[in-house]
Amino acid sequence: MSIDTIVFFILAATSIISAILVITRRSPIVSVVYLVFNFIMLAIIYLTLHAQFIAVIQVIVYAGAIMVLFLFVVLLLNLGKEEMLTEKITYKKRIAIGLAVVMLVQIIIGLTTSFGEYPNRLSPLATQIGTVEHIGKVLFTDYLLPFEIASILLLAAIIGAVVLAKKRIG
Amino acid sequence: MIPLNYYLALSAILFSIGVVGVLARRNAIIVFMSIELMLNSVNLTLVAFSAYLGSTTGQMFVFFVLTVAAAEAAVGLAIIIALFRNKMTVNIDEINIMKW
Repeated sequence: MSIDTIVFFILAATSIISAILVITRRSPIVSVVYLVFNFIMLAIIYLTLHAQFIAVIQVIVYAGAIMVLFLFVVLLLNLGKEEMLTEKITYKKRIAIGLAVVMLVQIIIGLTTSFGEYPNRLSPLATQIGTVEHIGKVLFTDYLLPFEIASILLLAAIIGAVVLAKKRIG
Repeated sequence: MIPLNYYLALSAILFSIGVVGVLARRNAIIVFMSIELMLNSVNLTLVAFSAYLGSTTGQMFVFFVLTVAAAEAAVGLAIIIALFRNKMTVNIDEINIMKW
């Protein structure tokens, strides 16, 4: 087994374990911490795929900005008693887990039946297309309109968040 | 060299864990975090295809997914704060104001 396969399996195992811990921990704060860990593992997986820019924004935007927002809300709501919120294994949860397993099996079957059709080595272009230079060039030429629309979307989201979360006065 | 299927299988597993989180948990914030898990697993698929096919489009889509995820997190958490103000709970079983 080559070194990159071993690295991939370690990264995959840690990201799966941290993802399972995210959905099983009782306290939301612990879940946030495991989610940050999961995001950082994914960023390293992106690096193994030569996607430098995506790996960097994964750490800065996801693990940095979005998770700070989550942590802020968790701490703001002060969910001390909510941790005791009745989370038992009911028949609904069994059905939910069953459905998810069915979906996973379907995806895996879909992957394995088309096994030979996927490329099994990285494209020689992979090291070029992940760089900030190349992504910036494509982003500001071919994808300029979606980029501008994304800025409007973010503005709308900020205004929406302010309107939703502000205290009613009078 | 790792085949593309390994990345796709990892992404499928992470997506399913996210689905379990959304369906089984009752805490709205953890449901939200499970949605982030699902978004990230899709991002992994996009990056893997982008690297193996030598195309930039996948990574562009990841960029836009990240933007939408940031917007979604801001609005969603604002909704959770507003709900907590009105109902004093984040248990999604007790939040039924849109039922009729």
